[in-house]
Amino acid sequence: MALTETSLQTNKINEAWRGFKQGAWRDQIDVRDFILLHVTPYTGDDTFLAGPTEATEQLWHEVSELTRREREQGGVLDVDTSTPSTIVSHGAGYLNRDLEQIVGVQTDEPFKRSIQPFGGVRMVQDACEAYGFKLPEEIVRLFTDMRKTHNQGVFDAYTADMRSARKAGIITGLPDAYGRGRIIGDYRRVALYGVDRLIQEKKKDIELTEKVQMTEAVIREREEHAEQIRALDELKRMAASYDCDISMPARHAKEAVQWLYFAYLGAIKEQNGAAMSLGRVSSFLDIYFERDLMEGSLTEQEAQEIYDHFVMKLRIVKFLRTPDYNELFSGDPTWVTESIGGMAADGRSLVTKSSFRMLHTLYNLGPAPEPNLTVLWSTRLPEGFKNYCAKVSIETSSIQYENDDLMVPQFGDDYGIACCVSAMRIGKQMQFFGARANLAKALLYAINGGIDEKLGIQIAPRKEPMSDEILDYAKVMERYDEVMDWLAELYMNTLNVIHYMHDKYCYERLEFALHDREIIRTMACGIAGLSVVADSLSAIKHAKVRPVRNHLGIAIDFEIEGEYPQYGNSDDRVDTIAVQLVETFMSKLRKQRAYRNAIPTQSVLTITSNVVYGKKTGATPDGRKAGEPFAPGANPMHGRDRKGALASLASVAKLPYSESLDGISNTFSIVGKALGREPEARINNLTAMLDSYMSRHAHHLNVNVFDRATLQDAMEHPELYPQLTVRVSGYAVHFIKLSREQQLEVISRTFHGSM
Amino acid sequence: MNIRQHFGSDAAVKGRIHSLDTFGTVDGPGIRFVLFMQGCALRCQFCHNPDSWDTAAGDLTTVEEVLAEIEPFVSYYKRSGGGITVTGGEPTLQAPFVAALFREVKRRFGLHTALDTSGFCEPSHFDSSGLLEATDLVLLDLKQINKDRHVALTTQSNKRTIRFACHLSDEGKSMWIRHVLVPGVTDSYQDLLELGQFIGTLDHVQKLELLPYHRMGIYKWQQLKLPYPLEGISAPTEDQIERAYRLIDTGRQEASAYKR
Repeated sequence: MALTETSLQTNKINEAWRGFKQGAWRDQIDVRDFILLHVTPYTGDDTFLAGPTEATEQLWHEVSELTRREREQGGVLDVDTSTPSTIVSHGAGYLNRDLEQIVGVQTDEPFKRSIQPFGGVRMVQDACEAYGFKLPEEIVRLFTDMRKTHNQGVFDAYTADMRSARKAGIITGLPDAYGRGRIIGDYRRVALYGVDRLIQEKKKDIELTEKVQMTEAVIREREEHAEQIRALDELKRMAASYDCDISMPARHAKEAVQWLYFAYLGAIKEQNGAAMSLGRVSSFLDIYFERDLMEGSLTEQEAQEIYDHFVMKLRIVKFLRTPDYNELFSGDPTWVTESIGGMAADGRSLVTKSSFRMLHTLYNLGPAPEPNLTVLWSTRLPEGFKNYCAKVSIETSSIQYENDDLMVPQFGDDYGIACCVSAMRIGKQMQFFGARANLAKALLYAINGGIDEKLGIQIAPRKEPMSDEILDYAKVMERYDEVMDWLAELYMNTLNVIHYMHDKYCYERLEFALHDREIIRTMACGIAGLSVVADSLSAIKHAKVRPVRNHLGIAIDFEIEGEYPQYGNSDDRVDTIAVQLVETFMSKLRKQRAYRNAIPTQSVLTITSNVVYGKKTGATPDGRKAGEPFAPGANPMHGRDRKGALASLASVAKLPYSESLDGISNTFSIVGKALGREPEARINNLTAMLDSYMSRHAHHLNVNVFDRATLQDAMEHPELYPQLTVRVSGYAVHFIKLSREQQLEVISRTFHGSM
Repeated sequence: MNIRQHFGSDAAVKGRIHSLDTFGTVDGPGIRFVLFMQGCALRCQFCHNPDSWDTAAGDLTTVEEVLAEIEPFVSYYKRSGGGITVTGGEPTLQAPFVAALFREVKRRFGLHTALDTSGFCEPSHFDSSGLLEATDLVLLDLKQINKDRHVALTTQSNKRTIRFACHLSDEGKSMWIRHVLVPGVTDSYQDLLELGQFIGTLDHVQKLELLPYHRMGIYKWQQLKLPYPLEGISAPTEDQIERAYRLIDTGRQEASAYKR
């Protein structure tokens, strides 16, 4: 009996794997091996692509309708307030069962958000109230008195210093009240192997610790593995509620997409992470599409339809978050980042027809911020693909680019981007998301003896505030170095607390079930205000900076006499200051001990929080007024780059990736007409720009192509621009979802080439 | 005696610079380093850089210093099929400097050179300064074909410009002809037709670009406290631009009608 069952299973697997080659991937979980054995690189152009089907248009119409209603409702259409979300918490939900090729939504209805209180119940409560819903008393009680949350855990362990640093905003955006995210499950495994095989492998892993000493680490590992297996079981049940049996591998392209999507759906039902990225799926899936096309069971039109419907689902991922959170990360983002293209270590391109199909959804469904389409750019990518990317960028502004040639040596050729710019080996590496430290504020602490310029209270260790009439570069640097020492230590300690508690109370069971047993962990710190500090230090060094002090001796403003070199003009006198800042802070982070032996890394990335950081920071010695936004990520400050776009790009490209392995974000906004007169010229120029920028070891570029007038009109008439997408720092957003303040900031930000 | 000896050390030649842009994409092919020279003899009513008129202003800069600004970006210019464009102001007012610069960017970086000029330059000076030889492409801005209206528009006669254009044609120099389209000022039926007829007499014209007049330079006139002469005129519509292209094309077919 058992034998027959096994052979039945073997038959099913053989059927699913028909035509696939022998290889290491069959004996162990190794998706990369499978991809490299089977991928069909595509070197042609975009002429093979198919437009939307009627079903696609109808479905997208329904989504647009729901989006409109949601916006009219103030941002949230519906909330199921009584059922905490788990993988199996809700029954099946459909957009339009008769039409959709790919099924599954987070609750039993599209656009109905769930509550996810394991990260913190207060956040859920506030979010409900902000949007006119009420979280039932018993849920509040359950997650306050009976089931501890991550948030409670963190605040139990926070020290007084951590609380005050948080309050002053010297460290902000910390994932201490919500899910940390930025972990990518290898969702492809479910399609390739089926869940049963994955459970079997996890069980083997557990056996490895049957007869060893029960240290804390081993106990934790065993518990985590048990949870992972439980999550995989739940995932099967969830799929079964949609009449799909995902215990076995996918048999064809549509199943492969569906299985993979179920795995992702399970992850987002379980976790409301700050960024819930998809990984690198299109060229993996392409292998199934190629096989179906070859077998004659699928047409190009049908292939595109599956992609369109899949992407539609990714576009309607919804989390319940507070307006505060949205102020920080503007526009209801989910960072369903999908990494496209790149090169294999053996020199072959990993661009497939499905790389094109994925980008083509931006035409079939119109531009959109999600999924966060990220092209892994190599100068060796096929020209046809480069040109298509440039065209899509120019027409939709919905792509970001990251330097594959820079990342492959660090992460191999099967990495993906989490959130905006964080590379990690898929299924083999994760990061502890660490938000960012405000280096501009830290500089003010150096000048003001550790007193916060906004709150007027002591935050950093007490020192006599500097009383010099004109700031002295050497003296400021000495003080600043001490403040950075203090900051790096406090910052790392804070993150250690956060991630200890997150693992304990809000563990990503399913996402880790889709990882190997051995995981590389990084502690992903970050810095904000890089260009403000670089310019401030340059001003102190090359001009005369006179602090204007209040009665307590705190510098509340600065007068600058003379000119000083500014970051963004490829001027080494200031660019080296920026480089040194990145190196210095990283070296201080490396000295700290990180939770679970994580490797410290950092990013130069602010997403849109550069506005909030700016608001919380007093006037700075570069001439920036109190409350004015910082430049996003590694961008030069608005209006200070006077030599045009390439000089601005050059300054950013000097920042060393090896000292900022969690990514260096640069946002490039250009008026379409300033890329060239004719469409072909624009494509040619953008492609050349990307090639040259990346060949200088730059890491990342967001490309926005639009004109000011469009944005200004969109501010006045948001209803006319429901899909206008703007890339901000490491991600894209619907422009009309930004606050008015952020909209103005985007418009005032450097536009290269006025018309 | 070859030209290089004649001109001595190119790298040390000085010129008055207004500003630069490392990423120019609308003044010649590909991505270009665009250098704005200081000083112009014309006073065009539609000028969007009136701050570049004064020949005594600007930064006195050596060719070597300009080369240092270009060098980091050479890969962009080459990869895109671009190069350097010198504009202004009027670059031919400082022809020896521009010639020296062009020679050096060719020698050191192998870049394509383009000169964006009003053509208000004596052909003999153009040749003797070495600029003719060092320039790969001339972006020739024909502002108004009608002599009287040219004076009204720019304060100078277009005789010299016409001479200059014919000279380029005779010398076999590649040209892009440009014409700023100002509704009611440079777009009359007769003027456009005649402009087309004149262009038709020229050889080596690779491209014709109509540049729609825009009003984004007005703030500079205000900063300089100059009265803006084109108050009340708006940018041309798509239809007006299309009509202008058609008329010029028609003119080009009837080149024989033009009397030089």
